Amino acid sequence: MTPILEVQDVTKAFGGVIANDGITLKVPQGPIIGLIGPNGSGKTTLFNSIVGYHPIDRGSIWFEGREISRLRVPQIARLGLLRTFQQTRIYGKMRCLENMQISVPHVHEGLRTMLSPYPPEVTERAEGLLEFVGLYPKRHLRGGELSFGQQKLLELAMALMNQPKLLLLDEPTAGINPVLINSLMERLKRINADLGVTLFVIEHNMRVIMNLAQHIYCLAHGQLLAEGPPEEIQTDQQVIDAYLGAR
Amino acid sequence: MTDATRNLLLYALIGLIGLLAPYLAPAFRVQMALLWMMILFALTWDLGGGQMGYNSFGNIVFFGIGCYVAAVVQRDLFFAVGGQPQATGDLATVSPLFNYFNGFAVGLALAVIIALAVAAALGSGILGLRGHYFAICTLGVGVAAGEIASGWDYIGAGSGMVAPIFPGGPGQNAIFFYYFFFALAAICFFTLKWLYGTRFGLAINAIRDDEDKAEAMGIHTTRYKTVAWCVAAFFLALAGGAFGHLNNFIDREVAFPGITFGVWMVLMAILGGQGTLWGPVIGATIFHATQELFWTYFIGWQRVALGLLIVVIVVFFPLGIMGWLRSRWPERFGETVDLEARTAPISLRETR
Amino acid sequence: MDNLQLLFNAPILSVQLLIDGLFIGAIFALAAYGMALVWGVMDIINIAQGEFVMLGGYVTFFLAAAGVHPLYTVPVAAAALYILGWALYRTVVFRVVDKDMFISILATFGISILLQQLANELFEADIRTAESGLGTLLFADGLIVVSQIKLVAFVCALVLGAALFLFLKRSRLGQAIRATAQNARAARIMGVNTDRVFATTFALNAAICGAAGSLVVMTWLVHPYLGLAYTLRSFMIVTVAGLGNIGAVVFASLGLGAAENFAGFVLGTEYQAAFVFSLLVVILVWRNALLSRQRKYLK
Repeated sequence: MTPILEVQDVTKAFGGVIANDGITLKVPQGPIIGLIGPNGSGKTTLFNSIVGYHPIDRGSIWFEGREISRLRVPQIARLGLLRTFQQTRIYGKMRCLENMQISVPHVHEGLRTMLSPYPPEVTERAEGLLEFVGLYPKRHLRGGELSFGQQKLLELAMALMNQPKLLLLDEPTAGINPVLINSLMERLKRINADLGVTLFVIEHNMRVIMNLAQHIYCLAHGQLLAEGPPEEIQTDQQVIDAYLGAR
Repeated sequence: MTDATRNLLLYALIGLIGLLAPYLAPAFRVQMALLWMMILFALTWDLGGGQMGYNSFGNIVFFGIGCYVAAVVQRDLFFAVGGQPQATGDLATVSPLFNYFNGFAVGLALAVIIALAVAAALGSGILGLRGHYFAICTLGVGVAAGEIASGWDYIGAGSGMVAPIFPGGPGQNAIFFYYFFFALAAICFFTLKWLYGTRFGLAINAIRDDEDKAEAMGIHTTRYKTVAWCVAAFFLALAGGAFGHLNNFIDREVAFPGITFGVWMVLMAILGGQGTLWGPVIGATIFHATQELFWTYFIGWQRVALGLLIVVIVVFFPLGIMGWLRSRWPERFGETVDLEARTAPISLRETR
Repeated sequence: MDNLQLLFNAPILSVQLLIDGLFIGAIFALAAYGMALVWGVMDIINIAQGEFVMLGGYVTFFLAAAGVHPLYTVPVAAAALYILGWALYRTVVFRVVDKDMFISILATFGISILLQQLANELFEADIRTAESGLGTLLFADGLIVVSQIKLVAFVCALVLGAALFLFLKRSRLGQAIRATAQNARAARIMGVNTDRVFATTFALNAAICGAAGSLVVMTWLVHPYLGLAYTLRSFMIVTVAGLGNIGAVVFASLGLGAAENFAGFVLGTEYQAAFVFSLLVVILVWRNALLSRQRKYLK
């Protein structure tokens, strides 16, 4: 079976800084895959390259067997590959419910759909997902009024509203109230198992990622340092050195 | 009284005033016709500027296109046959089809078609620009259109052209155009009201709040932006076509009045409150009324006062009237938000 | 298009057009450099830029009418505009410095209309010019005419530009200005009085524009509605050249001056302004299209 996402030999430099250097990795259909690495190791750059934020210098990226390295951000999103942002991004002046409603998938969108109101099913689904992330009581608040952690949850719900096949999450637990982290992890597992969304997750919280992911890639200095199941990564000397700064 | 009935009463009241106004104050028919036009200006500007975050100084282009196209159609298709434009406006000798009103209708139709074509063509390039690049580019578009019009002999170049005279005696046109602008502004208002309730409305709001995010979520941003620009172009072309006929004479200053109408539409929308439906209506009404005072008491200096007014409004009152009211009495504007919701802790309790 | 034929038949005409274009281009460079300065330091696009040029022109016009030789009035125009710029900053501009950019565009647009209409009321809409009394130089058997004042103005513009450049590079205040441009917050923490820097920058910009206007009225003409064209030209030049690259600004300005002169000759002078404004649109859209191929947009 072809993997849902294939990154082949991707290189991206900013000026003289090589942020990603010949990275090759695969995300198979189904599981939760982790991406770790010290600060500045090129994780977010790799996410940006995958979803089309900037052109890549070399290599290619494939989604469901189709090359997407030259597509634009919205085109890639419409294929069912979505990402959330490290610094969350939501529509600040719109209500939470509206944030959700506008996040429906935008495939096959003619003038007719553009100019019609939302059917009740959409609103229901939006409310259901808000409930799922615990924001239902705040559905009529404006997005900008939420706290950072709440915005993060809203952004996650918006992504789910879009029914992606693969969801790239950039530090989903950063800024979340620590007492909520366990239940959030449980939610992420359910998103993966029940909704059938493959997850590719950047995470700094080792406890979270080791518990969550079935397979982990580790970047350091823009290069792929190690990969393997969590138990293996945890004991990998190279990974430990990279995090502790030994070189 | 429910909100719905209250709204209905409000519309009925405004509608009634609108219908009766030309008979209540016959001396101000033209001014009142222009008031409806100003409301339309502010509403269409706010569609881009307030709701979508695309602040344009160039919307006046569509108005000018409407002005010229409608007048040229009258001149070339409906009056060129008989030679001189006729005061009666009725060229029955040639064919009953060639009269003022048919010419006006055909002219408006063609004006809309051309304006939409220009909007779509310009939009595909210009709407890709963001923020201040868009604003200044549209400023360039507006002035360029005026410059081209003033150099183009076919439409009278610098000396302008005359639109055909309205059939009937002097002053007869005011009542016709009053109702025309009244109807057009009302249609515009309700069209936008409906549009803001659709997926389109949310999409352009999303573009305003964070266009990068909107793209990342797969929204067809270009498509939505072009539709918004075309809706504005549609109404402005109709308004332009009618204004040219009302004014009888058209030149660059009349058709592309960047420094008056072009700036006013921005100012009225901001004064009333950007990004709201009623804001532009209120802003336009207040502005038009005070502006008439400027004309009367500051003869010659009214444009200086306009510059000063822009500075004052933008610097000291950027939220506008509706924005101020909303921040003053949030609960009246559906900003519900009982404290409970605001402070409710997030619980990710088991749902199943 | 007959004129295009003429250009082919008499290539020497192109030289004449080119020279005149470069002369006016040097003046554009001054206004554009000022705009880049304000934009870079204060993050404001000053729409009243052209009105500063226009007012500088009027200062020279009135002084010349009173009998002063126009060349001596350049510093006076600069000083007068410096004061005006300072006053505008202290009354209006400081309130919009840290606001959304569209707010500052609109505010300076308001200032622009205010100044333009004031000039229209006070100085009347007539086209004015200041006679320098300098003669002309003839080259190539009299086929190329170079008026001496244009040459002098050209040199003046270059000298002024160089002086400003040195001021920013060498002087202490200049360094503070450049530090603020790079990171206003950091500069504030390091003890730079950014408010004063902003005031000086805005006033300095007005002064440069004033000097440019003074040169414009000597070599060409001035009228109240001159401003917008200079603002949009400056914006165009800065968009092409980027902020903080003086060489590119000069190059783009000279190029624009020449292009405009050729366009005016070929299309007819009535379309010269239309050409400038259309060029702005074309350049912006074209630059953005190029960037969008790299999945970027103009920022």
